[in-house]
Amino acid sequence: MIRENFEKNMLELQNKMGEMVDLTVVAMEKAFKALEEQDMVLALAVIEEDSSIDELENEINQMAIWLMAKEQPVARDLRRIVSMIKMSSDIERIADFAVNTAKATIRISKTDSILSKTSLVEMKNISMDMLKKSMTAFIEEDIALAKAVGELDDKVDQKNHENYAVLTDYLKESPQDIEQTLQLLFINRFVERAADHITNMAESTAYFIKGQLFDLN
Amino acid sequence: MTMIVSEASIFNSTTSATTDTYATKIQVNDLNLFYGEKQALFNVNLDIKEKEVTALIGPSGCGKSTFLRTLNRMNDLIDGVRVIGNIHIDGENVYESNDVIRLRTKVGMVFQKSNLFPMSIYDNVAYGPRMQGIKNKKILNEIVEESLRGAAIWDEVKDRLKSSALGLSGGQQQRICIARAIAMKPDVILMDEPTSALDPISTLKVEELITQMKKDYTIVIVTHNMQQAARISDKTAFFLNGEVVEYDDTNVIFSTPKDERTEDYVTGRFG
Repeated sequence: MIRENFEKNMLELQNKMGEMVDLTVVAMEKAFKALEEQDMVLALAVIEEDSSIDELENEINQMAIWLMAKEQPVARDLRRIVSMIKMSSDIERIADFAVNTAKATIRISKTDSILSKTSLVEMKNISMDMLKKSMTAFIEEDIALAKAVGELDDKVDQKNHENYAVLTDYLKESPQDIEQTLQLLFINRFVERAADHITNMAESTAYFIKGQLFDLN
Repeated sequence: MTMIVSEASIFNSTTSATTDTYATKIQVNDLNLFYGEKQALFNVNLDIKEKEVTALIGPSGCGKSTFLRTLNRMNDLIDGVRVIGNIHIDGENVYESNDVIRLRTKVGMVFQKSNLFPMSIYDNVAYGPRMQGIKNKKILNEIVEESLRGAAIWDEVKDRLKSSALGLSGGQQQRICIARAIAMKPDVILMDEPTSALDPISTLKVEELITQMKKDYTIVIVTHNMQQAARISDKTAFFLNGEVVEYDDTNVIFSTPKDERTEDYVTGRFG
């Protein structure tokens, strides 16, 4: 192995991205826990802790740019580094949806929750499974796993439609509960968008592995 | 000056760049080369397009310079060299022709180290045309100016054409070498690591020059600098142990090479 130092740097970049994923999964889980338990303190913590994810994205960008200038990577190395820049940007957006969910939780505040009428929690679980899988696909260069992430996104889209129907029906029956219903509709949208960004990550992974652009959405 | 071309070149009537997709300028079929018993090139097949820059890359001793020198039969000068296979330039078989001088007029060459004669700048550039029998001062003046302009060095030397060429910087000397090659009105210019002895700024100037020159010439360049190949060439051939492992558009070679050995080489994992 000639370029040991370069490999070490690339691994560091990848580890930072892994850390971003871990923190984002934690943020999304906390945001949903706050939603389920109507825990305002926890929701506020999600909002505050987002800055560390933003910071990691900055570090990844700066390090990637410096590596490109210094090492002038080509072929697989170039695809790997470009994919990491794109993926870290996607992860940052996913973490923002966790923050948005936390903010929606605060807006709903304490009330009789209708969360159980929806499949939002399940939808979040599928999305977080997708996120972990897309990171594993990248690390293990597993193209089949990257494609599986795209398939899971179809399930999320289906849940999104179901939740929309359930929540709009409920709104017709109980217009007085408009604030909670609207916020849950937003969360429905946030999780669906997060899953789209995760699918983009899987596409970046597929590009890194195969050198071709795939549309997994 | 067009007269010089028709007098000097035996090949040049067949192709001209009138279409958008350039024609094949050099066609290499099943080329094998031996230095005595030792085989240095194995079944090389390459189509080199006209008015494009083709880069030859590969580790030391892989045969890229040997291959380059087959294109104007410079290997003929080495004892014990045997060439099997065909190279056609504009449809004409290079190794069937007896007129090597005409071939080398048509296929010019620039080397790693500038090899200017200990003469004035003017005399260096005018040397080839004079050898061809051009004595008319006005015509020679025109050739020298046009060649120096073509090598992007006219402005730097126009006021001292009569001073020694050896007084110039390394980068300037290399561009004079290119001017000297251009003065022969070649179709093809071969370059064997033309910037490896130059400082970074001179290197960039020569690279810029190569990019400009391809509108008029077919250029084949051997380079150890992979970033240089990526910057200036349209096609890249990767040589390894005397074989062409991969030959494709440069952007394919440097973004999505098909052969793992190419991948390993361009990413610096061996070589």
